[in-house]
Amino acid sequence: MSDIMVDIQHLSFSRGQNLIYDDMCMQVHRGKVTAIMGPSGIGKTTLLKLIGGQLKPDSGHILFDGQDIPALSRADLYQARKKMSMLFQSGALFTEMSVFDNVAFPIREHTRLPESLIRLIVLMKLEAVGLRGARDLMPAELSGGMARRAALARAIALDPELIMYDEPFAGQDPISMGVIVRLIKELNNALGLTSIVVSHDVTEVMSIADYVYVVAEKKVIGHGTPAQLRQDKSELVQQFLQGEADGAVPFHYRAEAYEDELMEFAG
Amino acid sequence: MITDKLQNLGRDTINNIAGFGRSGIMLFGALVGKPDFRKGFPLFIKQLYVIGVLSLLIIVVSGLFIGMVLALQGYTVLVKFGAEGMLGPLVALSLLRELGPVVTALLFAGRAGSALTAEIGLMKATEQLSGMEMMAVDPLRRIIAPRFWAGVVSMPLLALVFNAVGILGGHLIGVDWLGVDAGSYWSTMQANVDLYQDVVNGVIKSIVFAVIVIWIALHKGFDAIPTSEGISRATTQTVVTASLTVLGFDFILTALMFGG
Repeated sequence: MSDIMVDIQHLSFSRGQNLIYDDMCMQVHRGKVTAIMGPSGIGKTTLLKLIGGQLKPDSGHILFDGQDIPALSRADLYQARKKMSMLFQSGALFTEMSVFDNVAFPIREHTRLPESLIRLIVLMKLEAVGLRGARDLMPAELSGGMARRAALARAIALDPELIMYDEPFAGQDPISMGVIVRLIKELNNALGLTSIVVSHDVTEVMSIADYVYVVAEKKVIGHGTPAQLRQDKSELVQQFLQGEADGAVPFHYRAEAYEDELMEFAG
Repeated sequence: MITDKLQNLGRDTINNIAGFGRSGIMLFGALVGKPDFRKGFPLFIKQLYVIGVLSLLIIVVSGLFIGMVLALQGYTVLVKFGAEGMLGPLVALSLLRELGPVVTALLFAGRAGSALTAEIGLMKATEQLSGMEMMAVDPLRRIIAPRFWAGVVSMPLLALVFNAVGILGGHLIGVDWLGVDAGSYWSTMQANVDLYQDVVNGVIKSIVFAVIVIWIALHKGFDAIPTSEGISRATTQTVVTASLTVLGFDFILTALMFGG
């Protein structure tokens, strides 16, 4: 079994006229927490959708467990997806089902286990995220943090090999942020998962990641363990890690010269 | 100026044709393949309830009033020629051939079609469809297919209910209020309504309209831009496009069935 779970080779992807990724390479090691960081709007979610096969790249390979995802047939892609799972930013819980049924959904869809056994598995998964008592609530009754934990229970329901977190910390209060940070690390170690965390919350990510990629300007601009990355020479990487408003990534969206635009009225 | 207009026309045409192609691919993906009755049947039954049974009230009330109005209007004309005995066939044929299938389809587009578009559009906006796909469950088979079949089965049945209630409504006004002889209301109806020519053709129309309405509703939802504005636009488009398409097809079908 190869040590590399996801191997992205020379990936290029564009949306309409917009080039999002240009010849990007990246490796995710088995059993590790790999973080992908970068400013918002550079298509981090897009990258997860590419790995999940929901989008097709213009060129390049995305190897998941040795299989080239973009080249798979529909049936094989669905087989491969049973080994991965994704935690969406919104949680993406099914609003018409209770928390229990949401977690039971993938198990009911993909296995023919008796209901008593399904109940057991669901309770175990809910216990792992601390929501066993909330099983009869509907998604609308959950707080944002609870919804994300419920979605996490659903994501691990079928014991996937790879789990992808899309902005797991966005919009969370400090307590639920701490809970989710702990859960990601614990689940990764306890279940032997491989995790990809897409985020721009530097402190949280640096605290749990084994390896970090910083993506900006259509490619990887820096990578390494959190300790290595802090020593990185690149101005862009440092600006991102320090959270400085202006620098290599300009504060201003590209525009005409300020003076010229103001003078238009005066003139 | 004129090139701008031409460009717009070209772009709209291309968009429309591409949309039509996407809707075809969607329906193909949902319906073609080995059916899984163990999982599919409960979903189908649930949708039959949501789409069909919950539409009954509006269908029954509209059917009753349209039958009553037909009898009232028909009577005032027929009585001038002393032909009020023909009120039965007038009401029955108007409903079976035209009003039953068409009005049911229009009401169905407003009641069930808009709800379907909004439901699926919101599922898309909240990433539920993407989430399902990532769980290796095909949303086309799981969400689109049961709703499609439930719509296609329930609309002809709703149209038949509409017809039956309308005929009773006509009886209520024509016989019970205006004093047309009950025997002649029913016997002339029986003599003038043909099972194949009138009833079956009406059902065929209704099935065609069902496919049109439900297909448009599902596709508009599935293709909606996942924002609140996009979903509201998609819902409006469902009602407008489905209604106009139904009326257009009604003319074609009528010409084919009764024209020659």
